[in-house]
Amino acid sequence: MCSAVAVKPTPGAPTRPQRRASWWESLRPRIGCGVYHSTYADDMALRTTTASRLRLVLVSVTAVMFPFVAGDYWVGEANRLYIAIIGALGLNILVGFTGQISIAQGAFMAVGGYTTAIMTVTLGLPFWLSLPCAGLTTAAIGAIFGVPSLRLKGLYLLIATLAAQVIVEWLILRMVWLTKGPNGIYGIKPPAFGPLEFSDRRAFYFLMLFFVVIAILFAANLFRTKIGRAFVAIRDQDIAASVAGVDVFKYKLLAFGVSSFYVGTAGALQAHDRLIVSPEYFNISVSIEYLGMIIIGGLGSISGAIYGAAFIRLLPTALSLMTGTLGLAGTNVGVLQQAVFGLAIVGFLIFEPHGIAKIWRDVKDYFKLWPFSY
Amino acid sequence: MGEHGEVQAVLQRANGQVGSIQLEAQDVHLRFGGVVALAGVSLGVHQGEIAAIIGPNGAGKTSLLNAFSGLYPITSGRLLYDGHDVTRLKPHQIARLGVARTFQNIELFKGMSVLDNLMLGRHIHLKSGLLSSGLYWGAARREEVANREIIEDVIDFLEIEAIRKRTVGTLAYGLQKRVELGRALAMQPRLLLLDEPMAGMNAEEKEDMARFVLDIHEERNVTIVLIEHDMGVVMDISDHVAVLNFGRRIGYGTPDEVRRDPDVIQAYLGEETEPRKATLEPSAVDHAADPRARARG
Repeated sequence: MCSAVAVKPTPGAPTRPQRRASWWESLRPRIGCGVYHSTYADDMALRTTTASRLRLVLVSVTAVMFPFVAGDYWVGEANRLYIAIIGALGLNILVGFTGQISIAQGAFMAVGGYTTAIMTVTLGLPFWLSLPCAGLTTAAIGAIFGVPSLRLKGLYLLIATLAAQVIVEWLILRMVWLTKGPNGIYGIKPPAFGPLEFSDRRAFYFLMLFFVVIAILFAANLFRTKIGRAFVAIRDQDIAASVAGVDVFKYKLLAFGVSSFYVGTAGALQAHDRLIVSPEYFNISVSIEYLGMIIIGGLGSISGAIYGAAFIRLLPTALSLMTGTLGLAGTNVGVLQQAVFGLAIVGFLIFEPHGIAKIWRDVKDYFKLWPFSY
Repeated sequence: MGEHGEVQAVLQRANGQVGSIQLEAQDVHLRFGGVVALAGVSLGVHQGEIAAIIGPNGAGKTSLLNAFSGLYPITSGRLLYDGHDVTRLKPHQIARLGVARTFQNIELFKGMSVLDNLMLGRHIHLKSGLLSSGLYWGAARREEVANREIIEDVIDFLEIEAIRKRTVGTLAYGLQKRVELGRALAMQPRLLLLDEPMAGMNAEEKEDMARFVLDIHEERNVTIVLIEHDMGVVMDISDHVAVLNFGRRIGYGTPDEVRRDPDVIQAYLGEETEPRKATLEPSAVDHAADPRARARG
């Protein structure tokens, strides 16, 4: 295998005008090997090869064209998927990248959802204000519940975050004057920026697409700069990170904050999609479902969060389609879904702990030198 | 023998032969419950020297280094850096003073690439905040590229160009040791603490590592404190050697002085049953560092 090589410009040498490889050159199988860059900025780009840029264009075009060709049901599914991607990204920042296991995903989504519900319905404030407030409130509460991470790791931290889940659920049920208790808050309006309303499913789709793109780009950039690197360093070896100058506690809290901002935003968007918030949308099974997403998709990988969210979100639909075509229309899809969910998690943990993201990387590696891949 | 070293240090400072004291431990005690790791160690490291800490296994060498870098809060005593009291500082604050270190058992970020490991070494020099990092815009982008150039110099220096994009966990042991040194160098430290940089290496790799240490010392003007069991290396490259045993400093001085020090010889070889002219030659100490040899002695 050939590794990518960055050419270091010799200081003092006359600079030649650099010729960039044209796009078709990078598509055809290479005789010479490796990816060459003539500047560090090029080498540090998110997409370093034309093939990967081309894939990105294809995905973008598909995403934009999708609501024009798909039916109402599928557009609704896509909206829910995009919200799940934002939530899974948030959880992966904390669990996959920083190594702080949390089972309070449902609680943090609840904080976001209830914040926007209370602000828009009870107080009558606009969406553009309530959405960032939902994110920031969740970030603050997430950071507070991140304090035990100073002393606790692994399973013990998991139990501490379980406390967060239980406390938030309990507060929602008991603070009836604020949250309407078990009835939940309904009458939430679809997002609107002044006169610009996103009540239509397709309009909502483009708003969600916008948020997903921002969320992905921000996360991708975060993990190629100082703060994201510190997160990963804490996951891999926290003592070495501290000796290299990383204030471990501060960055752990920051990870809880950033992660919770994503999760709270996802919770708020979900509230404006379903138009209701009530306690059962945010119980512990939601937390487990999201943990399943990032395990199946790939811990510590941005694309992994996307694949995992897609896998879990599309699972019920895929299963009911399958049982339908197999003539098993009477099958209880809900039970089947639970079974497949459990099997998928166990299967991935045993056979591919790095998830779908790793499988996809392996496939790309295989075809990189195809058909001479030996 | 403690007095001897202090006097030497004072004399040498008076003669202006070496720089001022950069790192100093004053009567440092470190206890974990009933276990005494350090029992009153005093030690001064001069600016611009290579100081070695040696001693049998369990003597407290690594504990002393961990105390210096703030990982173990000491029970009593004082730690001074450039004359300032740093006893209660946290590890990341010590790092900001320009102190870098490596570990006995490699402590790299195994899931990250070599480049990212070195870039993490730049952490204290990077300033971009959450928003500008997330947008990778303007200053954050320029900062990343500028610091990439600095770590490329380190990569050139350590001759690890070919592995710069490899994930660290997949690298061979010797290369990991080198990457860990690289991460410390990326911090552009003024003081480098090396905990057994040559452990588990063959002769050739040891030679390479010794050359790197000397080059770092000379070209980058970095003060170096190293723990090492290979007496050949220690005696060859260090300006001063401190000997620890059971949490106490039993010897201090130039390599030649330490080699002849009767207390040190006793610690390494045990009591003499019959009078014999014993001088500690490098090869002899090599065996002595082996705990089995010590048990026999």
